Amino acid sequence: MRSVENALGLEVPLNAQYIRNLMMGAHATHDHIVHFYHLGALDWVDIVSALKADAKATAKLGQSLSSWAGNSYQAVKESQDRLKTFVGSGQLGVYGSGYWGHPAMTLPPEVNMLAAHHYLQALEQQREINKVVGILGSKTPHIQNVAVGGVANAINLDSQSTLNMERLYYIKTLIDKAGDFVKNVLLVDTAAVAAFYAGWTGHGKGVVNYLSAPDMPMDTKGTEFALPGGYIPNGDVSKFTPIKSYQDKFFRDNVKESIKHSWYDGDWDRHPFEEETEPKYTDFQDNGKYSWVKSPTFKGEPAQVGPLANVLCMYAAGHKGTQKYVHSMLDTISSLAKTKVGVGALHSTIGRIGARSIRCAVLYDTLVGQWEALVENISKGDVSTFNAPTFPSGEQMGHGFHEAPRGILSHWIVIKNGKIKNYQAVVPSTWNAGPRNSKDALGPYEAALIGTPVKDPKKPLEVLRTVHSFDPCLACAIHVVDKNNNEIVKVKAV
Amino acid sequence: MDFMSVIEKQGVSRRDFVKFCTGVAVTLGLPVSMGERIAEAASSPKRPPVLWLSAQECTGCTETLLRTNHPTLEKLILELISLDYHETLNAGSGHQAEEARLKSMKENEGKYILVVDGSIPVKDGGIYCKIGGQTVQSILEDMGSKAAAVIAIGSCASWGGVPSADPNPTGATPAHEVLKNKGIKTPVINIPGCPPNPYNFLSTVLYFLTLKKLPELDDQGRPKFAYGRLIHENCERRPHFDAGRFANQFGDEGHRKGYCLYKLGCKGPETHANCPVILFNDIGAGAWPVGTGHPCFGCTEKGVGFTLPLHSPARPKYITPPALFDEVLPGKEGASSGIKSLATGVAGVAIGAAGAAMLTGLGKKDDEKQDKEE
Repeated sequence: MRSVENALGLEVPLNAQYIRNLMMGAHATHDHIVHFYHLGALDWVDIVSALKADAKATAKLGQSLSSWAGNSYQAVKESQDRLKTFVGSGQLGVYGSGYWGHPAMTLPPEVNMLAAHHYLQALEQQREINKVVGILGSKTPHIQNVAVGGVANAINLDSQSTLNMERLYYIKTLIDKAGDFVKNVLLVDTAAVAAFYAGWTGHGKGVVNYLSAPDMPMDTKGTEFALPGGYIPNGDVSKFTPIKSYQDKFFRDNVKESIKHSWYDGDWDRHPFEEETEPKYTDFQDNGKYSWVKSPTFKGEPAQVGPLANVLCMYAAGHKGTQKYVHSMLDTISSLAKTKVGVGALHSTIGRIGARSIRCAVLYDTLVGQWEALVENISKGDVSTFNAPTFPSGEQMGHGFHEAPRGILSHWIVIKNGKIKNYQAVVPSTWNAGPRNSKDALGPYEAALIGTPVKDPKKPLEVLRTVHSFDPCLACAIHVVDKNNNEIVKVKAV
Repeated sequence: MDFMSVIEKQGVSRRDFVKFCTGVAVTLGLPVSMGERIAEAASSPKRPPVLWLSAQECTGCTETLLRTNHPTLEKLILELISLDYHETLNAGSGHQAEEARLKSMKENEGKYILVVDGSIPVKDGGIYCKIGGQTVQSILEDMGSKAAAVIAIGSCASWGGVPSADPNPTGATPAHEVLKNKGIKTPVINIPGCPPNPYNFLSTVLYFLTLKKLPELDDQGRPKFAYGRLIHENCERRPHFDAGRFANQFGDEGHRKGYCLYKLGCKGPETHANCPVILFNDIGAGAWPVGTGHPCFGCTEKGVGFTLPLHSPARPKYITPPALFDEVLPGKEGASSGIKSLATGVAGVAIGAAGAAMLTGLGKKDDEKQDKEE
């Protein structure tokens, strides 16, 4: 959408920007909650140990950490009973393959129980905030209201068939509800896990060039953004360079992809406008091609993308909300861990997990602002949501970017005489999961795994922790090779 | 042969088996009494086993289940079924996850439900989608042949979906074709949609669990309760279609009055689904594409979704215009109210046809006239 708008020089009405921003923010809030509790937490939280917890002590612990009303003894007991009944059935389903009792699982039973309790509550919470996406986007997942030039939503406060006051206040109510959970549960749980596993601030650093997109445009052209983005080379926040607009050449001209180690025909480094995608499968070759993923580079080097990159860039750009939540998270971790944890600790597996929750809190504040901006603009009498595109003859090139839940997403299009001539998507997990590039520099996943301690090579839970901390968008395999006995362990991370 | 007779044949007595399960209970930190219950559950599972295989997919079909509230995903997997394998939701990974899959397949052979999301790439020996070194094609053939029934969730698994769009670079094939080509006769239910409404999937599972039989299916293997009628037949904007009131562009007056989206390319007239009936995400009225102002693009329908251009005119399958209705309230004498409404109905159909002509660049005048009459 944005790539075509960029190619055509098409402006997007303010209402359409705000509606898109609300959907992006609500979607990412849901996504971050689901990742922390449902796709990542079970690497750190032992559900079986939780069954041994004292429900009263668990509730007391929860209440000492936050004002969340869902931490009552009755609520905790209900969750624990539910889990006991489930485990007692003997049919453990998707939980049967978990790493319960693994020596790397070190949380006390009550902390495990509190996290398990919030695992169940978070399922309800993510459903609620996602309704914002459904109301505006027609349905979720896979929204169906975006159009090149704006959105397909009609605004008419005097119609029963359009975005009207009832729908707008439904959205507001859902946003407020999410804020309570994000601030009083997600942030607290993340800090608690980080504090109990403080040693993990020393693992999983990997590539420390950080790239992130500015997002939540506040004008029709994409030159002002509610959330900044840019590039930090070599982990040095003082060297931050912002990406200033959709037209900024700093981003457009510095992205390339390599296929030296990817299952595509040839060996080249190309700009996305010049790329092609011709599969050539060879199976795994240690020093040749070994992945379907291409290797993107920024200014010729691999870059890490995702909430950590986003939070560090916003922090470096002086975004007040981000700085507030970063400091409050680090203070909470420091006080729980009884040791000073500084910004430097963010370059780690725990840092990626912490940054995701920090970003979620920033998004909540931003959602409130976007809703107010939309209502204020409608109040002024602006009901426009769409500028119709026209496709001239000749060739146009455009790119569009978005700070997605897993990091910067960019689409690149070449249009010739109104038809697509080339289209490339450089997606977040490609940046992070990419194999070695043309200079054989390691991608972020690969680099982050170096030095990971593994207690049981048959159950390399620690490897999963680091890979999951990136929030991969795909099922991928990690092969642990022990050079002494050639035992190969495959771990699928999803 | 039941489970106990199988293990007894292996030389394991029931007593030994319970002892083993007690050991498992202790390992899990559970009371010893749990051992008996685990043994019972393993030999006669109370919650029916379900295995979920993901092929060429985007996880949208899984995501959609995260959005349901009657029942919820947690109710489903903690209390109603035993989801023994699901790549995204497995707590374990790699060997641990694959072992769980094989174990459940062995213990529940012929009894489990297999859910498949994603299309199956069959080109170049199936190399475009592999799990643990095996092609997903071979895994599906193995799992499908041992299942009680297969539910293909999503358009990809049902008829190919996005990956099968021309030029179909990976040879994306629906699950039922892969099984049929291998001579596997396990019944397959298709739940198309991108993703499908989660309640269409859940209701199929619950139908099966409650009534112990499959729901009635149409000629494409789709449950009639979900795909029995065209979207057009239950659309809240249908009266606007019949009366010839259309939106011509996003944000124009007709669009802002909630008029019919046919002229914007709505594929409701050729797409079978219950979207306007059950809506999405439990958020009340208007929560579906046409409801928010975007034309349906036919995501459930083979040959429509991901095949026809978004804004090209639909090819109405069968229209049931009001003109064909019987008189509702027979009049006493003269022109009855029924006949009056019949006349209006005819006008509505004529204008609808004019609207269709407009899309092809014809009949523009008629349409402008109609707008003025509005």
